[in-house]
Amino acid sequence: MDKPRILEIDPVTRVEGHGKVTVHLDRQGNVNEARLHIVEFRGFERFIQGRLLWEVPVIVQRLCGICPVSHHLCAAKAMDRIVGVDQLTPTAEKMRRLMHYGQVMQSHVLHFFHLSAPDILFGFGSPAEKRNVFEIIRQNPELGRRAVLMRKYGQEIIEATAGKKIHGTGAIPGGINRNLSTERRDHFLAQIDEMQDWALEALALARDYCLREKDFIAQFGAQPSNYMSLVRPGDGALDLYDGNLRMLDARGEAIFDQVDDSRYHEYLTEDVRRWSYMKFPYINSIGADDGWYRVGPLARMNTADLIDTPLAAKAHEDLHAAFDTPLIHGVLDNHWARMIEVVHCVEKIRELLNDPDLQGTDLVVKGERRHEGVGVIEAPRGNLIHHYKVDENDQVTFCNLIVSTTHNNEAMNRSIRDVANKHISGQEVITEGMMNHLEVAIRAYDPCLSCATHALGQMPLKVELFDSNDVLIDSALQSP
Amino acid sequence: MTVLVIGYGNPGRGDDGVGPALAERIAALGLPGVAVDCDYQLTVDHAAPIAGAGHVVFADAAVDLGAPFVFAPLSGEAPQTLGSHTVTPQAAMRLAGDLFGHRPAAHVLAIGGRDFGEVAEGLSDPAKANLDAAVSFLAGWLRDAGN
Repeated sequence: MDKPRILEIDPVTRVEGHGKVTVHLDRQGNVNEARLHIVEFRGFERFIQGRLLWEVPVIVQRLCGICPVSHHLCAAKAMDRIVGVDQLTPTAEKMRRLMHYGQVMQSHVLHFFHLSAPDILFGFGSPAEKRNVFEIIRQNPELGRRAVLMRKYGQEIIEATAGKKIHGTGAIPGGINRNLSTERRDHFLAQIDEMQDWALEALALARDYCLREKDFIAQFGAQPSNYMSLVRPGDGALDLYDGNLRMLDARGEAIFDQVDDSRYHEYLTEDVRRWSYMKFPYINSIGADDGWYRVGPLARMNTADLIDTPLAAKAHEDLHAAFDTPLIHGVLDNHWARMIEVVHCVEKIRELLNDPDLQGTDLVVKGERRHEGVGVIEAPRGNLIHHYKVDENDQVTFCNLIVSTTHNNEAMNRSIRDVANKHISGQEVITEGMMNHLEVAIRAYDPCLSCATHALGQMPLKVELFDSNDVLIDSALQSP
Repeated sequence: MTVLVIGYGNPGRGDDGVGPALAERIAALGLPGVAVDCDYQLTVDHAAPIAGAGHVVFADAAVDLGAPFVFAPLSGEAPQTLGSHTVTPQAAMRLAGDLFGHRPAAHVLAIGGRDFGEVAEGLSDPAKANLDAAVSFLAGWLRDAGN
């Protein structure tokens, strides 16, 4: 090997949205730099300006066809504040929570079974023709069937609470526009035991994988970092729908804690870099170089003091008992964390379905109008922030979105660099399996690049090798 | 068994919304034996309703179609990998067969669009005209299929 090379993965398969990875190799074949690039941008924040505040929770769902509910609820939470509402009615909050737990459950199930399971079950160095979901289904059709039915269950909950799959209108500024009929409640309750059994089996699958591969996971893209999420006021419990911001350092010490989420901008700054459309948020008190952090399922397992549902609480304790460090840093441990959250969501769905408040009729609250509002929610992929300003004509004049993939931007870049160093540096031949190692590191964050760039769409995947003169010397194409 | 019409696309991306628009128009007709689904994109969970249908019509927007619409039997193989943004009709059909034991007959209804890519609501005039033609055709086909 006598020439520096640039390795490109363009774009990344089984990741939501658009992205490209480049790995720059020096003359000795060692990794100089590894970056995740975003190659498309459409300005959603600008698009939303001029829109009426009432329509924003519906319009923002068009950011992404995969997590529209997260944007719908987050925008509604921001608009609650603008219409002067700090406390929803019990029916409104519980209907929104039901919608959210249905969304997180179905998103996590999709990611685990259909995007990541081929890597987990077959090994991500295994032949590409084997490493796919159809092979899983061939070997274990029941697993594949359950995944589809669990996702369908979550989707049906979304439809029942949001109104419909496209352009759901359930959450409105100040409340909700429907309750849950007893007929629908009974429909969901009839399946909840099965959902819980399947969730626990999926949790066992993820846990066993993470324990079996503990040594490998400890060095695969893993790095101590800061972690942020919402936590419940008071006891610091996991709360996916609402709470205050908590940021812990790698040793588990608080950098900031129980911060009102509307003050996020006093604690975080979004840095811009020349080579990416995605911003790089950092913690103000630490600075741009070292103030990066992670969000998402593993971050939430790190930041939460407890989980308030019994089965997930036990799983949360088991997770921390498996490690002798205050926090857990393995990027692939996100799989374990994700399945704990699926169990938690199923438990929460059961709890809510048994709550008569879901059939309540007090749906909307009004308050004194404000001109600015921030909504924060824990979306499947992590913390999501919507920030709006609205003028006296009810038109949006300012919009800022920080999605979980943006929060994780620097962490993903560092994980890619780590994996590239360990698995590509010094190799004469770059195999498809090596390439997949990079993708596995990215996929563990479950990034949604459409959301991160506020773009819409999709793209296929290409891998390219360039020499020191940027001349293409090798390439590989993977089907989308 | 029913005919399932799945119209998919993003109405926030211009003419990409022509699939959902067709689904709404067909649903409004209330045709017997016809079930209608509408979504941003095909996902793995469409496999279950597909497996429960006697026939499936996938309605989607198309670029550079060269005709107002094209209605044709579904052909081609499913890709090996799945993404939640990248489930093709072929993959959804294969999942229906592999997971739920029934892979019904299927057609694709491709409807021509002009304006894609920008964050914008509403269909272009050509897409509206193509949608009218596609709805008229499909309604007739569904009525015939029901007889």
